[in-house]
Amino acid sequence: MSDLVLRMTDVYRVHGSGPTAVRALDGVSLTVAAGELVAVMGPSGSGKSTLLNLAGALDLPTAGVVEIDGQSTSSLRPADLAALRRRRVGVVFQDLNLIPSLTAAENIGLPLELDGRRVSEARRAAVGALHELGLDELADRYPDQMSGGQQQRVAIARALVGDRRLVLADEPTGALDSLTGEGVLAVLRARCDGGAAGLLVTHEARHAAWADRVVYLRDGRVVDSTEAYGAPSMPRGRHTSPPAGMPSAPPPATTSPAAPASAPTLVGQPGERASEG
Amino acid sequence: MSVRQSLLALLREGPRYGALLKAEFEARTGGVWPLNVGQVYTTLARLERDGLVVGDGTPDDEGRIAYRLTEAGRAEADSWWLAPVGVAEPARDELVIKLALAIATPTVDPYAVIQTQRGATMRHLQELTRLKLALTAPVDAPPASIGVDPELLVLEHRLFAVEAQLRWLDHAEASLAAQSASPVVQPAHTVPTGGTP
Repeated sequence: MSDLVLRMTDVYRVHGSGPTAVRALDGVSLTVAAGELVAVMGPSGSGKSTLLNLAGALDLPTAGVVEIDGQSTSSLRPADLAALRRRRVGVVFQDLNLIPSLTAAENIGLPLELDGRRVSEARRAAVGALHELGLDELADRYPDQMSGGQQQRVAIARALVGDRRLVLADEPTGALDSLTGEGVLAVLRARCDGGAAGLLVTHEARHAAWADRVVYLRDGRVVDSTEAYGAPSMPRGRHTSPPAGMPSAPPPATTSPAAPASAPTLVGQPGERASEG
Repeated sequence: MSVRQSLLALLREGPRYGALLKAEFEARTGGVWPLNVGQVYTTLARLERDGLVVGDGTPDDEGRIAYRLTEAGRAEADSWWLAPVGVAEPARDELVIKLALAIATPTVDPYAVIQTQRGATMRHLQELTRLKLALTAPVDAPPASIGVDPELLVLEHRLFAVEAQLRWLDHAEASLAAQSASPVVQPAHTVPTGGTP
């Protein structure tokens, strides 16, 4: 994969020190390329939030390297780090995403204004971002005049306004019903298909499945990762017919995917317990 | 059982011959469960034997006999629509059995079983999701008609079922971890070390 937007290399994050130190991340390596959506799953306390904070340059690794658009977050002065965050990274949370006293367009334009752009320019970019997502009619609405699903879609628009290419989403569908949540995912997926890099933390497997790759964290380590799929090889429409000479039935492999590259040690010898994977 | 009830439900909408029943069943269930015509006619014969349907008698130009519901057949079809489907299915899922055995088998690591299964199940869920996205394309238009297309309805049932398996695997793994973290308590009914009843 070329054009990596996020690259984390052997990243450790230890909270505290001495006997009470907690290894929140324990040697994690992860990349997200432009056009790619990666989902992170794992139980509470597995390090998902720490991972997201490091990926968003809200926190710095104890060891290892986090690069956003090729810049190591640990090498930057605080002011430059803030600028990197503002210009390159958008974050979508489960709730409390939008500022209540600002309209959708003002919310979306805010990061640009903070970055010194003119109000009219920010407004133009915001309206354009809403238009791309088919949300034109929301431009002048305040958050309390929008549904939860609409607010989340506006939050994704804001996360990717301007030159930002990395969107970090922390349970963005958590407070939504399943159909509304899918509408939000569809927007996130579409933004990634359009060239953004997305990192999605979720505990809903059905939503993680929208990603190109699903990474499992446990105790601060990546314990499993579904490999990246290639370029979209699936028919994009239901009536696509197979090429001449090809059978029309789907391949039987759908229920028996290939074994993972490194199969965990499964069976021990009688008399000994197999080591924990 | 489901073929029998489905045919009754279709015949409730009016008389039909076997090939048409087959075609309608397949169209309405998104082609997920293909029927063969022989199966349809065998089922119709049993329904006729049980007095739930009756052949119209006179074949049409192409020699096909239409079937229609009897009074009893209509009552059966009505009660099927009104009653919930049984939810207490017997649980004999290979994965459930495998994991239960893994936990009780000292030479096998149940965590490894869970991890291998979860990877495979997750990949399958991704494939199903891609099928779903292909069905609901274009992506730009937020889903307006999800759940209406029968093929999508059936596919989404599968998505939820596969998700449920993943959640169950996660839960089983967490339970195992919690259990191994706490001291093992001997159950009260352990065989006593002496004496006879």
